[in-house]
Amino acid sequence: MKKAWAWFKEHVVLIIGLLALAYMLLPILIIAIFSFNDPQGKFNFEWVGFTTEYWGKPFAISGLTDALLVSLRLAFLTSIGATILGTLIAIALVRYQFFGRKATNLLIVIPMATPEIVIGASLLSMFLIYGADLGFTTLLIAHIMFSISFVVVVVRSRLIGFDRRLEEAAADLGANAFTTFRKVTLPLIAPGVLSAGLLSFALSIDDFVISNFNSGSEVTFPLYIYGANQRGIPVQVNVIATMLFVVTILAMLAVILQQKRAEKGAAMRPEEAANKPAISIPV
Amino acid sequence: MTSIRQRLVPYGLLAPGLIWLILFFVVPMYYMGELSLKTGSLETGYQLTWAFDNYTEAISQYSTQFFRAFWYAAVASLLCLIIGYPLAYAIAFKAGRWKNLMLFAVVAPFFTTYLIRTIAWKTILDDSSPVVSVLEFLQLAPDGRVLATSGAVIAGLTYNFLPFMVLPLFASLERLDQRLLEAGKDLYASTAQTFWRITIPLTMPGIVAGILLTFIPAVGDYVNAEFLGGTNQSMIGNVIQSKYLVVRDYPEAAALSFTVMAAILIGLLIYIRLAGTQALMGDEEEAR
Repeated sequence: MKKAWAWFKEHVVLIIGLLALAYMLLPILIIAIFSFNDPQGKFNFEWVGFTTEYWGKPFAISGLTDALLVSLRLAFLTSIGATILGTLIAIALVRYQFFGRKATNLLIVIPMATPEIVIGASLLSMFLIYGADLGFTTLLIAHIMFSISFVVVVVRSRLIGFDRRLEEAAADLGANAFTTFRKVTLPLIAPGVLSAGLLSFALSIDDFVISNFNSGSEVTFPLYIYGANQRGIPVQVNVIATMLFVVTILAMLAVILQQKRAEKGAAMRPEEAANKPAISIPV
Repeated sequence: MTSIRQRLVPYGLLAPGLIWLILFFVVPMYYMGELSLKTGSLETGYQLTWAFDNYTEAISQYSTQFFRAFWYAAVASLLCLIIGYPLAYAIAFKAGRWKNLMLFAVVAPFFTTYLIRTIAWKTILDDSSPVVSVLEFLQLAPDGRVLATSGAVIAGLTYNFLPFMVLPLFASLERLDQRLLEAGKDLYASTAQTFWRITIPLTMPGIVAGILLTFIPAVGDYVNAEFLGGTNQSMIGNVIQSKYLVVRDYPEAAALSFTVMAAILIGLLIYIRLAGTQALMGDEEEAR
């Protein structure tokens, strides 16, 4: 009894932690399980019976497939735009001393700290006043806007741990500024830039609130789900969500493995390699 | 000459991104402010009449939803802290070689769409679900119903914003110098004493950042209230959304969202004044 109590005391934090994780992962499990459900009516809330029918025809609903394609296109363009703009800002913030630095920091932080509904509403207010046509373009403008700050934070954390002597060495060896950037700086910050790109892709494909305000008649994947919620959500939504989940996890794992391999290759000092976590999450 | 060019380099790097943020974040805020002071209708157009009574009317008419939003968000971020702290602590100190896997699990919810996850809660809390039967048995759901109650909305908010609490907590716990805890023990402090007097104060930046990152999105949220709540659970976000997109009463909608923004901005600026932007952006000071 005493032993059990000691064991419990030793592991109680871990047990609470695992319960919390279970709470966080339960809905994902439910989504995956209900992708095999065979609902009787229009609503997929109650378990009826097992079927793989919907996994056989995930793209059978054309509205859903169109919405998914719009979302993928939007997320792709968003991640390119936001990654370029955000990376440049991050480089300026870490590398240079300049007047207006505090204001810049503030301009990066405030959008992240603004409720999405306010961002969506203010953009819509502006588009209304200018009489702009709401659609793919306004969505792209909004998505790049809210992704920039996150890119800055991610790339910045990578740049801070960067050994500037490597660039000086390149310059000493006669490389000009552009060659140094292309051959030394970019490869070294590439993992940070890549994870920033993935993050903005994920933010864009997941965004509902801001898109809801600025989409006009354009329908993205989350907007399709929102619309479908009234009339019943097809099981294919669960199938596609599960597929997206698995694909993203595989992509993340590929990036992590690639990073690990690159770090092993790039003769990093062993103690440094040991201190680098495999997944670095920017906070 | 070169020195002037050198000095212009950072501005060249900043310009494209900052111009984007100014044009599509700052300027829209201005227009929303302007719109909130206009009168008129969709048919007749809007004139700027400095109609400050848009604000007084909107706030007095929807004060219930305002307070509810701030109340729900406060409870949800407190719950996030209570659930998130042990989790972050377990990942930082107790997970051993499972650390990366557990961190991965924390961010995993981000890989499925926010809306679908919230709808999944609708399944979990459905009247026929076993979870509800258990809660009913424990006298926590007296009517055998969880959906369309405050509890359901708060649970949804807590669930959706929990990762934003865990990540900054984990970051600050991981930076904690373990030797300080050992020193506490050497000086005969009990485990509880070292926790309350060393661990908690030293991880305060993480706690504050986590509360900000959960409270702010929760205040403006309307998805949880719409999917998991009923008409008696609608938050200020629901009002703003329906005024903008359904009723199209733009000036009052703008006044409401401007008020939300102002309330949050004031809190945020006080915080930045006290603590700087580091807690929200990572540690600038450490790098120098």
